[in-house]
Amino acid sequence: MSKNKLLTPESVTGKQKTKPIMVVIYIVCIFLALLSLFPFILMFMNATRASADVQANPIAILPGGSLAENYKNIMSRDFNPYTGFLNSIIVSVFSTILTCYFSTLTAYAIVVYDWKLKHGFYAFILAIMMVPNQVVSIGFFKLVFDIGLNNSLIPLIIPSIQAPMTVFFMHQYMVPSLSMEIIQSARIDGGKEFYIFNRIALPIMKPAIATQAIFAFVASWNNLFMPTVLIQDMGKYTMPMMISLMKGDFYKTNYGAVYLGLSMTVLPLFVVYFALSKYIIAGVSLGSVKG
Amino acid sequence: MKKKKRVSYAKYGYLFSLPFVLAFLLCMLYPIICTFIFGFTDLKTNINGEWHFIAGSDGGLWKNYKDLFSNELFRTSFLNTVKIWIVNFIPQILLALLLSAWFTNNSLKIKGKGFFKVVFYMPNIITAATIAYLFRSMFTYSAASMGPVNQFIGLFGADPVNWTNTPPYPQIIVAFIQFWQWYGNTMIVLISGILGISPELYEAASIDGATGTQQFFKITIPNLKTILLYTLVTSMVGGIQMFDIPLSFLNGMPDNTTYTASMFIYKQAFQGMKRYNLASAASMVMFVVIAFFSCILFFVMRDKDAAMIRKINKKAEKEFKRKMKEEGGMSA
Repeated sequence: MSKNKLLTPESVTGKQKTKPIMVVIYIVCIFLALLSLFPFILMFMNATRASADVQANPIAILPGGSLAENYKNIMSRDFNPYTGFLNSIIVSVFSTILTCYFSTLTAYAIVVYDWKLKHGFYAFILAIMMVPNQVVSIGFFKLVFDIGLNNSLIPLIIPSIQAPMTVFFMHQYMVPSLSMEIIQSARIDGGKEFYIFNRIALPIMKPAIATQAIFAFVASWNNLFMPTVLIQDMGKYTMPMMISLMKGDFYKTNYGAVYLGLSMTVLPLFVVYFALSKYIIAGVSLGSVKG
Repeated sequence: MKKKKRVSYAKYGYLFSLPFVLAFLLCMLYPIICTFIFGFTDLKTNINGEWHFIAGSDGGLWKNYKDLFSNELFRTSFLNTVKIWIVNFIPQILLALLLSAWFTNNSLKIKGKGFFKVVFYMPNIITAATIAYLFRSMFTYSAASMGPVNQFIGLFGADPVNWTNTPPYPQIIVAFIQFWQWYGNTMIVLISGILGISPELYEAASIDGATGTQQFFKITIPNLKTILLYTLVTSMVGGIQMFDIPLSFLNGMPDNTTYTASMFIYKQAFQGMKRYNLASAASMVMFVVIAFFSCILFFVMRDKDAAMIRKINKKAEKEFKRKMKEEGGMSA
């Protein structure tokens, strides 16, 4: 941020009056911050209030005392956040590992080695970055059906091996930060190529991997389209799919329970976000690659 | 001997990119080819059923495409998608530009920039399905219970509005959710773009007496062109695929006003009649539209990228030559 220091009269004299524009800026920023936070505050507060109270007055900034009752209600039907959580964790963790490992490996192949097709290959990766899921879905559904993996979490995990966006990011990060000398000296010490990648390149790429891991995890966790296409068995529902089970008359009257259900689906994301927000913001500005 | 060594290393380049290529062939190329083929067939109801290429006088092989373009719902859903995207994007880019101009202007000493960035970006990582359900309960309208929004406008004496059932509100709400989820992301991308502009430009301008507004329009905007285009295209590509929010919010209701192109593909293929052939044709149309816009971006960005790669390669080459010289000198 200090990179952009301006030589303005204020910054030279070091003194400045509060400009009227500052008032406008703070009003806009605080308004937007409230706009971001308020729906979630409302959701968490209403999750603890009795349905009748929520019905009478849904705007609350203080918690109520009906958390246990809401919990009993929301768990009494199809909606099962623990199954959703477990399935989502399985899919997201394995997807994240595959995406990070193989994207780094692919970028390494392009950056470190000289091979005939590498420039064409990199251009090709950039080109397939924007292929929409919708075009893949019907053919992939058929493939999954043919090999008998429908209603399995595996087809949600395997495609993570090819993540063009992540390869692009890893490539951008690797070019300036991985020096060929290190690899050369490892070779002189007798390291095999695969060993050098795992033991020398991967640790150097750690910061980039950490950032991409967060994005891969969140993207996989939030994905609704492919799981909806591939999974029919309720026991295999992921977290975003669980939300769609909250329909019907029961949920139309149990306001508190519905808010609690929604809260449970996003609680893990809130924990992850506020613990890692620094890295997430840095990752967005560094990569500039997430649509 | 050196030459021999380099040749033997090349095979690792192929070897290490093999997993990506295999996964691509299996999980992307093969499915896309299938989808492409199905667009010309009569495949429906059962994904494992028999299928034939369509022949006949009514459009021949292109019958599905002909049916598609005369399909009222398809046209509506595509049009809705475009409308919702535009209503979301224009305020999004304007607000993001304004905020990024404020946040990068050092003569305005804004406190809590870090906090604001974190909070503005936050809705972006929250599950879209949850957000859509949350908004639906916020806009509740019923005699028994008015949702928070209706309660809130009631404070100012306004009558409650049946938001989710009165066009054009449902479309506007979907656009608003998209806007609300993405302006923080766009802002951060633009901030990093602005910080990448050479500070000397601003220094020279302020010495010449240019105001902040002048600097913004004469320096910031022209230098942000590539990033703005990037934002435009990625947002457009994402917008065309809009699925989670309209599906979870009102499932296309009322009167199909929140029915989007992705929902059309999903519902044609995987619900009701299971018309895989028509859905395949629709997804190929979407593919072509996205490919067209991506190509624009690709060609504009390519020059810059290639120039950067050349620069880096040159630098590395120089370094390498220097090292070789040093080594040669040492051994001699």
